[in-house]
Amino acid sequence: MDHGRYDWSMLPKRKPVEWPGKARIALWITVALEWFPLDQQGKPFKALGSLQTAYPDLRHYTLRDYGNRVGIFRVMKALEKHGIRASAAINAAVAVRYPYLMEKLKQKKWEVIGHGVDMDHLHYEGMSGENDLVSRAMSILGKPRGWLSPARSESSQTPDLLAEAGIEYLCDWVNDDMPYAFKAGGKTLHAMPLSGDIDDAALLLGMHHDEDEFRVQVTDQFDLLYEEAAKHGGRIMSLTLHPWAIGQPYRIGALESALEHIMRHSGVWPATGAEILDAWRQSAKA
Amino acid sequence: MKRDPGLYDYLPYDKRPRIAWPNGARVAFWVAPNIEFYELEPPKNPTRSAWSRPNPDVLNYSYRDYGNRAGFWRMAEAMDRCGVRGSVSLNVAVCEHHPEVIEACVERGWELYSHGTYNTRYTFGMSEAQERALIQDSIDTIKRVSGQKLDGWLAPALTYTDNTLDLVAEMGLTYVCDLFHDDQPSPVKVRKGRLASIPYSLEMNDAIAFNVSSMTPRHYGEIIKRQFDRLHEEGRESGTVMCIPLHPYLIGQPYRLKAFEDALAYITGHDKVWLATGREIARHFLDNHFDAFEKASVPVGDL
Repeated sequence: MDHGRYDWSMLPKRKPVEWPGKARIALWITVALEWFPLDQQGKPFKALGSLQTAYPDLRHYTLRDYGNRVGIFRVMKALEKHGIRASAAINAAVAVRYPYLMEKLKQKKWEVIGHGVDMDHLHYEGMSGENDLVSRAMSILGKPRGWLSPARSESSQTPDLLAEAGIEYLCDWVNDDMPYAFKAGGKTLHAMPLSGDIDDAALLLGMHHDEDEFRVQVTDQFDLLYEEAAKHGGRIMSLTLHPWAIGQPYRIGALESALEHIMRHSGVWPATGAEILDAWRQSAKA
Repeated sequence: MKRDPGLYDYLPYDKRPRIAWPNGARVAFWVAPNIEFYELEPPKNPTRSAWSRPNPDVLNYSYRDYGNRAGFWRMAEAMDRCGVRGSVSLNVAVCEHHPEVIEACVERGWELYSHGTYNTRYTFGMSEAQERALIQDSIDTIKRVSGQKLDGWLAPALTYTDNTLDLVAEMGLTYVCDLFHDDQPSPVKVRKGRLASIPYSLEMNDAIAFNVSSMTPRHYGEIIKRQFDRLHEEGRESGTVMCIPLHPYLIGQPYRLKAFEDALAYITGHDKVWLATGREIARHFLDNHFDAFEKASVPVGDL
């Protein structure tokens, strides 16, 4: 590699992983709970979903805040139907602004993943105060085990600061389908394969695909991994959801349909990121 | 600049007082045709340019003018066939430029609410006095051409100052369409007055569907039905609101009309749907649910 963060390794050459109950697929659903401040600076770039018009962009501000107010409850219902507990990648700002949501996450036993302070405080090279940003998010969110940087944007220091703050796994890197060891802050963390592609905002907003195309791509992803797992050992199906996108009344049915398809199969283990990492490490040891 | 617009407190969708619409309806359904005038050579606003091509942007100008010349009639007759009244989001300048269009709306018993004066004149950078004059012009013009009191506001080209909603409330309007944070009405926090936000369902807006989301007309018809089905289902527990915001220059294109009309007929063919105007929905909310919603809402936490 041209950096020292991880060693080279090819997916097909690794020892097959055994999931609990001999499951073929670990289903990892991550729900991103985000807040886009009205006085957006857009440094060093605007995250997907950001405000677009001149100040005050009430239009996009309220379209996104919809997720924390209305959309999230449709998503929670859809997951609850199948007894799925998700990982919530939550901005610290959301936790402070809407403590009701943190309560709900606790009640439903969802995992909390650190997702920075808010969607206009990205981590980037040359920024000042990155350490404060990390410790602020960590203390507000109760020292989560996992982290997803807003817009997956990092400085060269971010993994080290996260490791020092106690993070065990990082979701920003999209270069694998399975966990792998990641060197940061003098420790060994793990990179967890949170797919950048199988993400409602990436498909609906980024690619302008419609909700039917979203559903098909999600189930195509599942079908292939499910087949692959028969020969190559346990696979992870990650699906990232943004309640402001998929939680709209006309879209939620596409999620429900995709979940029906997935959960109709045997050998699907819905789990949180931390649970999957623990099981992977367990399997690696065996 | 504010980090938070400070326009509404937090009220989660799953923990609210129950909304009951008239006659046991589950959904309050309304259609908001945007009847607009885009000036060929508008006064320049320092914050935003009106046209994407250099003046005269004949393509984009005529694309919109189509609405008043041809598209409006097609759209209005489709709505007539489905028995749906419009709540017109009106650039009041149309009253001077094309009075026949306004007469056609008033004849049909449609509500007129304000979308500012021209869609090429933005609120950005307006002083309080200028913004008051803008609102007053709408109040006066709508009164003059229809006898109606101005009740609703949707900011011209969705452009605002920090004062906009305060002024709208103070000048006696009852509802705004500018907040897309909910599928039910919501109290708006203003200096003076009682102002409701009612869902304008921006994602159902044909301009968003066709020109932002790059959707096909048939898919637009499809998402309208899906939106309705879900809100009608949820309306069992507590009344929801669905709007279809339209632009005659878009929906009135021949290749787009049928999918829209089929979706409209699908909605009006259901039971427990209140075919309402914006004013009626706002009135019902203000009279029956505003206070309870306000009481149940919680200020957002301070970062």
